[in-house]
This record gives sequence, structure tokens and C-alpha cells, in this order.
Amino acid sequence: MKYIIAVIKPFKLDEVREALSAIGIAGMTVSEVKGFGRQKGQTEIYRGAEYSTNMLPKVKIEVATSDALAPQVVETIEQVARTEAIGDGKIFVLDLASATRIRTGETGDTAL
Amino acid sequence: MIRRFLTGALVTGGSLVAATAAFAQDAAPAAAEAAAAVPNPGNNAWMMISTVLVLMMILPGLALFYGGLTRSKNMLSTMTQIGAAACLAMLIWVMWGYGMAFGPEGNAFISWGKFFLAGVTSDSTAATFSDEVISEYVFISFQMTFAAITAALVLGATVERIKFSAVMVFTAIWLTIVYFPIAHMVWAGGGLFFEMGALDFAGGTVVHINAGVSALVAAMMLGKRKGYPAEPMPPHSLTLTMVGTGLLWVGWFGFNAGSELEADGTAGLAMINTFVATASAALFWMLTERAVLHKGSTLGFCSGVIAGLVAVTPAAGNVGVFGAIVLGAVASVICFFAVSKLKPMFGYDDALDAFGIHGVGGIIGAIGTGILHDPLFGGPGDGSVGIGAQTLVQVQAVGMTIVWAAIGTVIALTIAKLVTGLRVSPEVEYDGLDIGEHGERAYN
Repeated sequence: MKYIIAVIKPFKLDEVREALSAIGIAGMTVSEVKGFGRQKGQTEIYRGAEYSTNMLPKVKIEVATSDALAPQVVETIEQVARTEAIGDGKIFVLDLASATRIRTGETGDTAL
Repeated sequence: MIRRFLTGALVTGGSLVAATAAFAQDAAPAAAEAAAAVPNPGNNAWMMISTVLVLMMILPGLALFYGGLTRSKNMLSTMTQIGAAACLAMLIWVMWGYGMAFGPEGNAFISWGKFFLAGVTSDSTAATFSDEVISEYVFISFQMTFAAITAALVLGATVERIKFSAVMVFTAIWLTIVYFPIAHMVWAGGGLFFEMGALDFAGGTVVHINAGVSALVAAMMLGKRKGYPAEPMPPHSLTLTMVGTGLLWVGWFGFNAGSELEADGTAGLAMINTFVATASAALFWMLTERAVLHKGSTLGFCSGVIAGLVAVTPAAGNVGVFGAIVLGAVASVICFFAVSKLKPMFGYDDALDAFGIHGVGGIIGAIGTGILHDPLFGGPGDGSVGIGAQTLVQVQAVGMTIVWAAIGTVIALTIAKLVTGLRVSPEVEYDGLDIGEHGERAYN
């Protein structure tokens, strides 16, 4: 199993969610987060004085999936969340040791 | 009332020209005629107060009313669009707007002359409904605020997704091809609706139907906000909306009682009507909410206040006090159904209900004025024009205004789209127009 963490632009969340549902992803965890990458924040202007904010608002999606489906998930997020502008985000893939559904006690792929 | 005035205005304009010509030839009679045209300081003072009261309706009134209704990420954008559109309207008004609406030369649709206020001085006067006059600069300023708020009203339908640049281009073109001609047609001597005998005391046709219909057309051309209507988009601050509502109501006395152009009894009638029609409408909106199994809400109260103010605008000095109460109640109930049933049924995204309240309320007010003007219903009319005949004239004026405003808005928005692209990117729309279009936030 793989645990996939993607940090994307917030306005792409709906599209990514729909695309992942379409390929069979049944659940995900979404958080509003702040961070920076090469984009290095943005500038706000008040009475002519510039303030740069170092942290930009992003959305973090976390998805647990089977080994078989993992490449497709990464590819889908990559395609849908891409705007080709700076700040599109990153996708990380981790090995997942185990998964348990609390209600039934199922473990492994069936718990996903 | 304004229609009575404007015949006077043109006559005075003509007599001033005649007086100037005569002055050179025969000083004594001309001087006597000119001496009669000194503004009554009382009237002048009331009109200057009325003018700034209407400014208060725009900033801060409308800005807070509309701003509170948007989501917090679009608060500044909404207020800035209103302020900037009003400023642009003021500058355009003194350049060519006043000439196009109230110029000395003209036909049924448009006037010309006095562009860039040519020939207007501190001594120039504009007629009122009696022998009194007011300073022309005061009249120009008063009418300027009407153009400014009307342009700003339209934006209630397009907020949260339109580019700031598109707002500015649209405002300039829309005022020129829609607002100025309609203001001329309704209020200027020789204007189309004016000659038909249409009654519009303070701008039901010119301001509210015009802005409301344009707003509807603009909302449809621009398309829905992302997520509408699936995702909830509740007002971010009903507190500020309530503040804006109060400021609008106070300012509206300048709008309505000021439209008499004198501080006389008819201005008093317009004033009391502006109180009672609004009070009636506010309570009837809440009662309607209660009747359809909701709770009477703050937003309902605020919406009712605006619906009542809109409906009483064409009627202010043209109906009796109890006619105004009925008008407010009827308009309020119909506007409630327009925003809660009609809008979802047709699926257009009139974000802040500019059409549902100003368009629909204005139409009810304009047609209701034709009925309630008659002495049979306690109105100030002399009964010389039958209720049916007057109402027919009102309906015709409303119909033609709707067509003119709709076509003009399509043209103005199409040009704005070609120049600016009209709509912000999906990313800016998601993040909010405050940061995306202006680089600042309303709340930190």
C-alpha cells in the first residue's frame, strides 16, 4: 500500500477530488495548510508599502491506496492540478505499513 | 414632479439666453429679469444637503450593504468597485453626462450642449417647479449623485467574479449609452417618457428599473459564480449589511425629498412616504418569511427596507401616505418571491439581488404610482388623467426602459469583454478578488 500526500493550489481541490473519485478512490483527507516552495510567498500592498507573506495558502490531500492504483493516483493529481504556473504544488508517495478500518477491524487493502 | 421642473428648466435656459442677448441692447429690462433668478438660500441649502445625503448612500451606504452580503474574501473588491465606479461616473457626468441628459439642445432620446459644463458659472440657475430657482452647480451635483449610484447598483449582480478593469470599462460605456439617454427621456423636457406623461418622482425608472434590468442581463452574460448554487455562499457580515441599510435609508431622503428641488410641502410628502413605505415593506418581508415557514430574519428586514425604498422612489411625491404604505407592502412581498423563487427557478446568479429587489421593486413602484396617484386612493393627482390611462403610460415607460437597458447592457458588456476579458481567472475567484485584484485583505 502507498500513502500519497499532495500539496496543491486550493482552487484545484474540487477538480482533483472528482478526478480521483472517477478512478476509484473512495476516501481522502483534506487540510488547509500554509507553506512555501520556490514561489516564496506573495506581496500585499497597503498605502504603497509592500508586505510579503512568506507562507502561501495551499490544500493538502492525503490518500491511502493499493500499490496497483498508486501510479494512476499520482498521474491524475499531476494532470488535474497542473496550471503550469509557479506554485502548482508537489506530490509525495510513502510506503504504507498497515491500514485498519475501525468499524469492522478489517486490515490491508480491504480497509481502504 | 421632476417632469414639471424640466419644462421649466428649458424655459429658463432659453430665457437666460434671451436675457443675455437682450442685455446688450436694453440693459434695464434684462437686468430686472436676471434679478428674479436668484436662488432661494433655503432651497439651495436643502438641495446641497440632499446631494451629500445621496453620496452617503453610495459611500458608505451601498458599499457596506453590498460588502456585508458578499463573502469575506470579496469584501474589499465589492466596496472598491462601488467607490471607483461612482468616482468614474462623477467625472463622466461633468464631461458629457450632464450635456447628454439635460443639455440645452435635444430630441426625444438625447440632448447635447453644455459639454464640460461650458457656460455654467456660479451665477447660473436651474428652475424648480415654481418661480424659484436653484444654483445650476447644485442641480448638476444632485443629478451627478444619481448617475453615480445607479452605475454602482448594477454591480450587485456581478460581484465576486468580474474583473475590476471590466467594471470600469463597462461603467463608462453603460452610463453613456444607457443611463444618460434614459435620464433624458424621463426627466428632460422633450424627452420621450416625459412627453408621454410618465410619472417618476425620484428615479424609479431611471435608477432602479434601469439598474435592475442591466444587472440581470449582466449576471446572465457573466455566468454564475464558481460553486453557485451548489455551495452555500452566505453573507459574511449581516452586521455591516444592517449598517449599510440604515445609511441607505437616511440617504434616501436626499434622493426622494430632494427630488422636489425645493424644501416645500411636496418634499414633506416625499419625506413621510419614504418613512412609511419603508417601514411597511420591512415588516411585510419578515411576515412573508414567517408565513412561508421560515423565521423573520435580519437579512429579510434589510431586504424589505431596500424593497420599500425602491418602490416608493417613483411614488414619493406622487402618492398619498396610505398609498405609500400599501405600495411598500406589495412591493416587499413580490420582491421576496422574486429573490427566493424566481431566481432559483431560472438559475441566474444575481449575486446580491440587484434585479430581484431594484428591478422588480422599481417595476412595482412605477406601475403602482400610476394607480395610487389618483385622488381616489388619496394621491396628490388632480384626477385629470384616468387611473387606467396613467397606468398604461407607466407600463409603456417601464417596458421601453427594460428594452433599452437590456440592449445597452449587452453592448457595453460585450465591449468590456473584448477589452478586458470580463471575468477573473478561476484561481482568483477561488482565492477571492480582494487579494487577486487589489492585493489586500479586508480582515487580517
